[in-house]
Amino acid sequence: MADIAVAPRAKPQIQGAWDQLKHNRNWLGFWFMVPAMAFLIFFLAYPLGLGIWLSFTDTRIGRVGHFIGTENYEWLWDDSIFWLSVFNTLLYTFVASAVKFAVGLYLALLLNEHMPFKALLRAAVLIPFIVPTVLSALAFWWIFDSQFSIISWSLRHLGLISQNINFLGDTTWARICVIFANIWRGVPFVAITLLAGLQTVSPSLYEAATLDGATRWQNFRFITYPLLTPIIAVVMTFSVLFTFTDFQLIWAMTRGGPVNATHLMATLSYQRAIIAGQLGEGAAISSAMIPFLLAAIMVSWFGLQRRKWQQGESND
Amino acid sequence: MSSVQIRDVRKSFGNFEVLHGVSIPIEDGQFVVLVGPSGCGKSTLLRMLAGLENITSGTISIGDRVVNNVQPKERDIAMVFQNYALYPHMTVGENMGFSLKLRNASSDEINKRVKRAAEILALSPLLERYPRQLSGGQRQRVAMGRAIVRDPQVFLFDEPLSNLDAKLRVAMRTEIKELHQRLKTTTVYVTHDQIEAMTMADKIVVMHDGIVEQMGTPLELYDKPENQFVAGFIGSPAMNFLKGHVRVNGAAIFEGPNGVKLPLRSAPAGSDGRPVVFGVRPEHFTIADDGAEAEIVVVEPTGSETQVFAKLGGEQVVAVFRERHQFNPGDKVRLRPDPSVIHLFDEATGKRLNA
Repeated sequence: MADIAVAPRAKPQIQGAWDQLKHNRNWLGFWFMVPAMAFLIFFLAYPLGLGIWLSFTDTRIGRVGHFIGTENYEWLWDDSIFWLSVFNTLLYTFVASAVKFAVGLYLALLLNEHMPFKALLRAAVLIPFIVPTVLSALAFWWIFDSQFSIISWSLRHLGLISQNINFLGDTTWARICVIFANIWRGVPFVAITLLAGLQTVSPSLYEAATLDGATRWQNFRFITYPLLTPIIAVVMTFSVLFTFTDFQLIWAMTRGGPVNATHLMATLSYQRAIIAGQLGEGAAISSAMIPFLLAAIMVSWFGLQRRKWQQGESND
Repeated sequence: MSSVQIRDVRKSFGNFEVLHGVSIPIEDGQFVVLVGPSGCGKSTLLRMLAGLENITSGTISIGDRVVNNVQPKERDIAMVFQNYALYPHMTVGENMGFSLKLRNASSDEINKRVKRAAEILALSPLLERYPRQLSGGQRQRVAMGRAIVRDPQVFLFDEPLSNLDAKLRVAMRTEIKELHQRLKTTTVYVTHDQIEAMTMADKIVVMHDGIVEQMGTPLELYDKPENQFVAGFIGSPAMNFLKGHVRVNGAAIFEGPNGVKLPLRSAPAGSDGRPVVFGVRPEHFTIADDGAEAEIVVVEPTGSETQVFAKLGGEQVVAVFRERHQFNPGDKVRLRPDPSVIHLFDEATGKRLNA
């Protein structure tokens, strides 16, 4: 059968293996994928694999390591600073993500209303997102400086406090400050993405709901929120992943201090691996983040499943 | 069910007035169609009736109650939107029951009323489906079901059939009319399609540039259009207009372009020499020996009738014949408008002149 189909071809080709590779449709698809695959393998899969491998060795900077099994992990299991960093990371991620979601949703709803200078305001919201992280972290560093803090200065001149607040020197204050800075940076991403989602909701749905007797709150509760859930799932997954793996902001503001109160897993890993030279142990801390991140992805995976109402023919 | 009174209603967006004092009385149980070209203000008027736009001046009452400052949900009206505005995340049943749920109706009550509406509209097998899984006509019926469940004083329809294909549109037209005959709820229906208006309405309101040009029953509008706009808007193919003068020289005649002379049954008093627009519907031409000579340009048979485009005194006119003539482009024919059903309009104001 195949012979019959091929027979009427104008030029019967006598193909070598190389010609096959060049012209076969299946191989063609493969060639198109090669650049992306190479990129992913060299820059993602290889470093990830190497990191996991390093976590099972006693490599130090300048010394090739030997396989030591799970010794690094056993060591971390009894390391209270490691557990503190896990706690810090979870606290940091949970609080910052929750606030980013609430504030971002509020801003998105606000920016979706008709108001003067709407385009300008929408652009302004993006500013914290545009500024390089380290620059904004440095600005926050000054804002929260123990001597020159503008907040302390203002409060002192208002007569509310008598001496400067030691923002980055007190464990509780330091945590609040880095979380605040993270929120400030992360809100625009959430707000603009949710705004994009809001704009896909047809205004006539609100009109229909209003005629059906819905109050503004019911409009949000029964129309806006359910229609926004797919976008919320995406944006919050990204937000959680970015926050969990945050490094720059902490490193520029506190370097994990005071007394490790703001050490996240990422900063602790950097400190152990690069500053202290214990590559194996640092890699183990990094690798310990993987289960948490996988869990976050699994949550969003189920959240992102097409909802029943999104299924079916789209013939509109 | 309720009557609706629209009295001298105006609407401005900023300094731009889109409705210039519109008054429409609507009787209890009437099916009123607002029709007009895009931008005439018909949809704005409907949205004001619904409470989605506020009223700049004038009053709208539903029943005995002036509703200018009444919230949409308190007005006891239900609206069917052009794009249906079905909630995509709710099933058909939930869509239809949503308004009752917001009113805290018991679930028994909701089920009962949704079931009844679904039976009326033959939606019972689809109650568990989502809007995406429905065809255009089914969505249209769900949108109507959502309105019926409310059992409102007034139904509002905003171009509900314009998203459907031609065949379905005709079917739904009949369905909506039948529904109205069954429920007898006062209905205000907006469309730009004069055929929809003619076929469905008890009363048609023709709007143009923010004013009411004429209102009346479909046949009143067809037989006695008050002005040239209504005459040209109602009827398909549209009425032919020829510019010229009335001559009263023994018998009254109309003298059109290039010396075309057409008979008039009578001339309005003192109209000798008056510049007028002569209007004749395509179906009111006959072939007769005493007709005016015209040259056929295009012949379009539709089966039931034949549309003939011809040059009459240099102007293109269209005539429709139900009988089958053998016409070819280039043929000369003698067209005679029936003098008992022609229309004369003042050339300057467009107002109707003959009785």
